[in-house]
Amino acid sequence: MAITPPQYLLHHDGDNVAVAMMDMQPGTLHGRSVKEGTESTAVLNHAIPLGHKFALTDIASGEAIIKYGIKVGLASAAIKKGDYIHTHNMRSYRWEASRA
Amino acid sequence: MGSKPRLMGYRRENGAMGIRNHVIILPLDDLSNAAAEAVAKVIPGTLALPHAFGRLQFGEDLELTFNTLIGTGVNANVAAVVVIGIEPKWTQRVADGIAKTGKPVAAFSIEGKGDLKVIQEASRVAAMFLQDASGLEREAAEMGDMIMSIKCGESDTTSGLGSCPTTSQAVDRWVAAGGTVFFGETSELTGGEHLIADRCIDDACRDLFQLTYDNYIKVIEATGANLLGSQPTQGNIAGGLTTIEEKALGNIAKTGSVPVVGVLKPAEAPDPKKKGLYFMDSSSAAAECVTLMAAGGAVIHLFPTGQGNVIGNPIIPVLKLTANIKTANSMTEHIDLDVSGLLRYEYDLTKAGDMMMDVINQTVNGRLCKAEVMGHREFTFTKLYISA
Repeated sequence: MAITPPQYLLHHDGDNVAVAMMDMQPGTLHGRSVKEGTESTAVLNHAIPLGHKFALTDIASGEAIIKYGIKVGLASAAIKKGDYIHTHNMRSYRWEASRA
Repeated sequence: MGSKPRLMGYRRENGAMGIRNHVIILPLDDLSNAAAEAVAKVIPGTLALPHAFGRLQFGEDLELTFNTLIGTGVNANVAAVVVIGIEPKWTQRVADGIAKTGKPVAAFSIEGKGDLKVIQEASRVAAMFLQDASGLEREAAEMGDMIMSIKCGESDTTSGLGSCPTTSQAVDRWVAAGGTVFFGETSELTGGEHLIADRCIDDACRDLFQLTYDNYIKVIEATGANLLGSQPTQGNIAGGLTTIEEKALGNIAKTGSVPVVGVLKPAEAPDPKKKGLYFMDSSSAAAECVTLMAAGGAVIHLFPTGQGNVIGNPIIPVLKLTANIKTANSMTEHIDLDVSGLLRYEYDLTKAGDMMMDVINQTVNGRLCKAEVMGHREFTFTKLYISA
């Protein structure tokens, strides 16, 4: 398989977050979805380390964060396309008390 | 898939197949750790399993300690057991539970004798057990003869993308070959527990799974605590995981695609006639979970990690795999398989599964895993509540 190593991966097409596959600087990145194999490009607004997430779409505060095609949390602040996503702007919806 | 690998293990008196041949010195309680460790020093080659509990426990919590001790002795990786306790009654109860398998067991109690006399008497028996165990020979084994367990730790986002899907490959192949697999980590299914419920083989299994899950979550939620930093852990957060739901879906990504055939209590052994994937109610703490699964009969464990966990177990090999290139490079003495190439698309998931099976087969046949080489022997009991 001669595929250029992707700079980010998303689990499913339609997920609104992607995971950086290396320590990344802001800019335009190339990546793919694991399930469907769809190639894409995305803009990253912040420097983030390997394994950390960024938004593929704008996500309003209180809206769902989708990964694996499933809701894995809620935006706890407004998130812009390309923004770094972690405990500062995302929280569990199941364990209400669990938040930064 | 190539030709069928040649697997060799130790067939125990009760028919169970093990892949290690330990003679263990098992303390019933914390007070007996010193004598047990002394015996293992007098007779090098035996293995003491010190732990922190066994006194003044009661009810369900006491039963779990008994089941953990007996299950550890019963495990097919164990050839023979010396049990040492402070008082004779509970010591004998554990020895009797292990003796049902037909394997050699001896019990010693310290009250009225003192450590030194017990160490002398127990060492004579341990010496005999060790020599006899050394004469046992491996024989042909099948995956269907053996129980594998899985549990991930220090997970990060690469776990759900690489090391857990690779583990899934091994789970599906193990079960397809007629084997049994345990998964657990009850609270760490939160947000994806419906995916497990959907895979339960019938309504009875599904109802028991849901009840088990709900009961565990009730205990957690009754505390009202902020779990961020505990579940997900600080290590998970450093690795990019933000919520329990996100962590859970990565966790579930390692459970294969086969149905869930049963639900086990902590440390419970499955029906040997019913093979397949079982859920075991358990903590998500690495050493607690692997200790319970080994007590339930697992003889080999697959441990996907992201940020790099170092856990081992005294009686079963704990194989680590990671898809995090940084961890694979910085923690080589702990990582048995690097599947980071999967995320660079250097090979596909089937190939990663083949690589995993090669490591499993070598380990079954006696090659030490990294945790065994590094001397990681975490033997950690799950405590359900305070002692009396």
